[in-house]
Amino acid sequence: MTAVLSLASISKRYGAVQALDGVDFHVSTGEVVALVGDNGAGKSTLIKIMAGVAQPDSGLIEFENRPAVIHRPHDATRLGIATVYQDLALCDNLDVVSNLFLGREILRRGALRPLRIANRVQMSRRGRDLLRRLRVEIPDVRVPVAALSGGQRQAIAIARSLLGNPKVVLLDEPTAALGVTQTAQVLELIKELKSQGHGVVVISHNLSDVFDVADRISVLRMGRNAGEFVAESSTSAQIVAAITGVSGEHARNGRETGVRP
Amino acid sequence: MTVESVSLIGGAWGWVRRRDAGPVSIVVALLIIWTVFQSLNNVFLSPENLFSLSRQISYGGVVSLGLVLVLLIGEVDLSVGSVGGLAAAVLAVLVENHGWNPYLAIAVTLAMGAGLGCVQALIFTRFNVPSFVVTLGGLLLFYGLQLRVLGSTGTIRFPFGQTIAQIENKTLGSAVTYTALVIVIMVLVAAEFAGRTRYRREQLPATGVVTIAARLVLVTAALLATVWELNRAGGVPLAFVILLGLVTLGWLITSRTRYGLNIYAVGGNAEAARRAGIGVTATRISVFGVCGATAAFGGIMSGSYVGAASQTLGGDTLLLYAIAAAVIGGTSLFGGRGSTWAALLGWLVIGSIYNGMFLLNLETDIQFMIIGGVLIGAVIVDSATRRARAVHDR
Repeated sequence: MTAVLSLASISKRYGAVQALDGVDFHVSTGEVVALVGDNGAGKSTLIKIMAGVAQPDSGLIEFENRPAVIHRPHDATRLGIATVYQDLALCDNLDVVSNLFLGREILRRGALRPLRIANRVQMSRRGRDLLRRLRVEIPDVRVPVAALSGGQRQAIAIARSLLGNPKVVLLDEPTAALGVTQTAQVLELIKELKSQGHGVVVISHNLSDVFDVADRISVLRMGRNAGEFVAESSTSAQIVAAITGVSGEHARNGRETGVRP
Repeated sequence: MTVESVSLIGGAWGWVRRRDAGPVSIVVALLIIWTVFQSLNNVFLSPENLFSLSRQISYGGVVSLGLVLVLLIGEVDLSVGSVGGLAAAVLAVLVENHGWNPYLAIAVTLAMGAGLGCVQALIFTRFNVPSFVVTLGGLLLFYGLQLRVLGSTGTIRFPFGQTIAQIENKTLGSAVTYTALVIVIMVLVAAEFAGRTRYRREQLPATGVVTIAARLVLVTAALLATVWELNRAGGVPLAFVILLGLVTLGWLITSRTRYGLNIYAVGGNAEAARRAGIGVTATRISVFGVCGATAAFGGIMSGSYVGAASQTLGGDTLLLYAIAAAVIGGTSLFGGRGSTWAALLGWLVIGSIYNGMFLLNLETDIQFMIIGGVLIGAVIVDSATRRARAVHDR
């Protein structure tokens, strides 16, 4: 598998704080990579750099094996990188369809075009098809999102990110606020994204979720790579050791890379 | 009960649940108010009194229309009363003192209102201060300007029978209004069924025929009753037609266009709107521009109603009632919920109360207290609705 998005030797400093120090990261098509680490390890900064919200001080970003410059969120979107933030950014007062197409409504054509009237029928149809394709159960796409469960809201936010048919989807703590059933729904959705060929990056604190969906687990500690694990052949003890930096534990894993002394 | 009536009630209830229950509960409240006043004084529902009521609420309704949009984006504009007063004063000076063409002068005055709204929005978006404070400053500033424009005389009359006075005094006869009624209903029927067909063609859940029929029958009955009653009193006041037209136009824009969706999105979650690429600042400024223009137009209509631009025009209760009406009509103070119909429904409630109490020879003090109580009730309902949704969300 070749990486669709790869970052090499990324460093980022916020004032006196070295948020990232020579971090390498990559994700391939049809692959789920979990990005884990303790608070302040640099996960969010790395996601922000991929999403175009923050710019690295140094380092190289490649998208589909070509050097890429991501100055603004718009650049990331155009390349095919979609981000779903933890707060979802949904408008509770609007219905599912309007939220899915927020800011990129399909407009009526023909004589009505200059009036910029939203084509609710096309939006409803495409919204329904999209949700079906992702196996998301929403009874009616015309209910306000305020009436939906946390898992459904997360699903809407993820589905919305897919409208531009991105190659990579970044998910920031997608299961953080959810109950058991809803978490299971969202994890199913992540597997669905993978099976449809999207590269998925998931930030999570929940290791059982991580082991459920991830192919690869990339650990950050204090702004540096602290190990990379194939999910199938690692244990959560190894991951915890890498996150906390307890010596000896993670060194047993032969696949780890990039650990600095 | 027959099967039809059961499904009719079911359809109506579904409609209430899917949308905000707001408009329906306000119509019910309105029917109760009308029943009470009619039982106390049977002049209340006479064609002549309904004719005056429709004139009394028109200028305020136009002011509230813009305010509804401002409330929808989660802001407030306290300057609408003095923008209206200033607009009437400027119009009076241009037309009566300088002999301008009245239509040109109205256009200039509306542009001025829009400009004042935009400038206030520019200030609060640029310096990140609450719209509440900026428009409070605007209220005082524009009132000062209004006094200055009117000069030492203090009052400039709009001569009866001329263009400006005609806005509130002209009535449309039965030929025009019934023709318009038929056209409106034909358009409604066509739009409802065309929409249903488009949904069905894509195999999407479409509104049921029963629901559509119920909706059409209700709207037709309401419109027909209004036109019939007002024609018995000599015609439909032009001002009321203007209000209905503007509210309908505003509703079409807010519910159908991308711009309207942006307004609701900004009011619902400004940060989400910004991340979705919506020009939040541009939306805010344009909405305040529209509100300034409707405030100016409402002020002009108010001047037309009383027959003069004066120092007190727009200053007394216009602002207070305009905000109260928007909220009583079901616009949420928290932003993102409500529709332009709130301007009409809210003013029907307020207008009915003060008109009815006037007929009962009740003093102004009681009027204020009752309308104040209704406003507080409406705000409590708004807050409770919001909380119910938040709980439902869990």
